[in-house]
Amino acid sequence: MDVLTDNFSLYGEGFLGTVELTVYASALALVLGFVMASFRVAPVGSFRVFGTVWVTVLRNTPLTLLFFAVMLGLPRFGLVLPFEVFAVLALGCYTSAFICEVLRSGINTVPRGQGEAARSLGMTFTQTLGAVVLPQAFRTVIPPIGSTLIALAKNSAIAGAFSVTELLGTYKTLSELGYNIVWTFVWIAVGYLIITLTISAIFHVLEKRWGVAR
Amino acid sequence: MAVVDPLIELRGVNKHYGALHVLQDVDLTVGRGEVVVVIGPSGSGKSTLCRAMNRLERVESGEIVIDGQPLPDEGKALARLRAEVGMVFQSFNLFAHKTVLANVSLAQIKVRKRKREEADGRSRELLDRVGLAAHAEKYPAQLSGGQQQRVAIARALAMDPKALLFDEPTSALDPEMINEVLEVMQQLARDGMTMVVVTHEMGFARSAANRVVFMADGRIVEDRTPEEFFTSPRSERAKDFLSKILKH
Ligand SMILES: Nc1ncnc2c1ncn2[C@@H]1O[C@H](COP(=O)(O)OP(=O)(O)OP(=O)(O)O)[C@@H](O)[C@H]1O
Ligand SMILES: [Mg+2]
Repeated sequence: MDVLTDNFSLYGEGFLGTVELTVYASALALVLGFVMASFRVAPVGSFRVFGTVWVTVLRNTPLTLLFFAVMLGLPRFGLVLPFEVFAVLALGCYTSAFICEVLRSGINTVPRGQGEAARSLGMTFTQTLGAVVLPQAFRTVIPPIGSTLIALAKNSAIAGAFSVTELLGTYKTLSELGYNIVWTFVWIAVGYLIITLTISAIFHVLEKRWGVAR
Repeated sequence: MAVVDPLIELRGVNKHYGALHVLQDVDLTVGRGEVVVVIGPSGSGKSTLCRAMNRLERVESGEIVIDGQPLPDEGKALARLRAEVGMVFQSFNLFAHKTVLANVSLAQIKVRKRKREEADGRSRELLDRVGLAAHAEKYPAQLSGGQQQRVAIARALAMDPKALLFDEPTSALDPEMINEVLEVMQQLARDGMTMVVVTHEMGFARSAANRVVFMADGRIVEDRTPEEFFTSPRSERAKDFLSKILKH
């Protein structure tokens, strides 16, 4: 029990590290996922190919491998950034592939006629997507996006192995200090639970507000 | 048929779905102010023809010209030309997440760049014209089919199109709602709107159409005035078709 009270600042730093990773990587994943989903339904063939390649590569690469590729690969090309930023890049890009697919399946639930009507009125692809298709797709994609972001929060633990301060990584210090490993993990789990339940709650509210049936 | 002032011209248009040749060397000219009714058996390519005219369906060869301008490929130029040719669908396709008023105003704001108040004003005017001014704040799901279709017509009219395309606008409606939609269309025809109407409503064809185009197997088989077509069809296909639909 003392493990928490004795090491509150260590836990706190780890917790904040995970929160930061989650928030920044989520933002990146949502933006990139949105762009890639637009690419995948675009009328221009080369955009569709780019979106498909992006999703296929990122979704089928183990996340740990992606971390290695980013942390060790990018510096070779002269791109040296703080580990935290690399971690956000890896997590965000990886998750964007899943967000993209969630959005695309949401887009596919909107009847074809909606987009056709918009286009027949002279609206461009971007206007059709933005004003007609996505607002209707949005309602159905709220719950699966929530799940994807919860997975992201948990996946952020991998960053700890690359000397990024985050919640899971605190166990190393604590076990070296000789604390009971079971309690150490219990409090780490509670930390993750707080984050994931917060995400659940946010998406629950969004669903209540926007996810109403027509 | 000789057309004095052509607005929509199709020349040698061909389209396949896989092995199926849905449009075969179609030539069709629609004059300004003309009402052309397209009829024909199911699967003959009427919808495809209609959708090709604003390039919701791409064609493989041939030329489609709207008011002197060939239909461009995807992109802004195509969007601009589409705004000039309104389309009314069998299944209405009103934007489900927007009110009736917003349905009619949306493209005016996005495409015609009108201010919201100006667009809404125009929308209310058009809703009044189709007899639905009282329903402006409702959502499409709260309206009957006939009312939804009249909103769809108002929405198309809001762009001040040069022509309107109708693909079986009354086929999804209960019988008692068909007339309210046909009346709106009759009025448009009298006001001189250029219209291409795919329909099985022979009454409308007789009273409103300048020409009847009969399609079968992806070809235009006959293109004549309604009187001529209904009283003395030339082709066997048309005779056969008319005997089937006029029986009931
Ligand atoms: N997207 C598509 N993919 C494959 N075949 C299609 C597609 N759309 C239409 N077809 C086929 O093309 C042919 C012509 O279709 P079209 O919808 O133009 O016929 P139609 O004359 O409008 O018939 P209906 O009176 O039933 O509406 C039909 O045989 C149809 O099955
Ligand atoms: Mg059809």
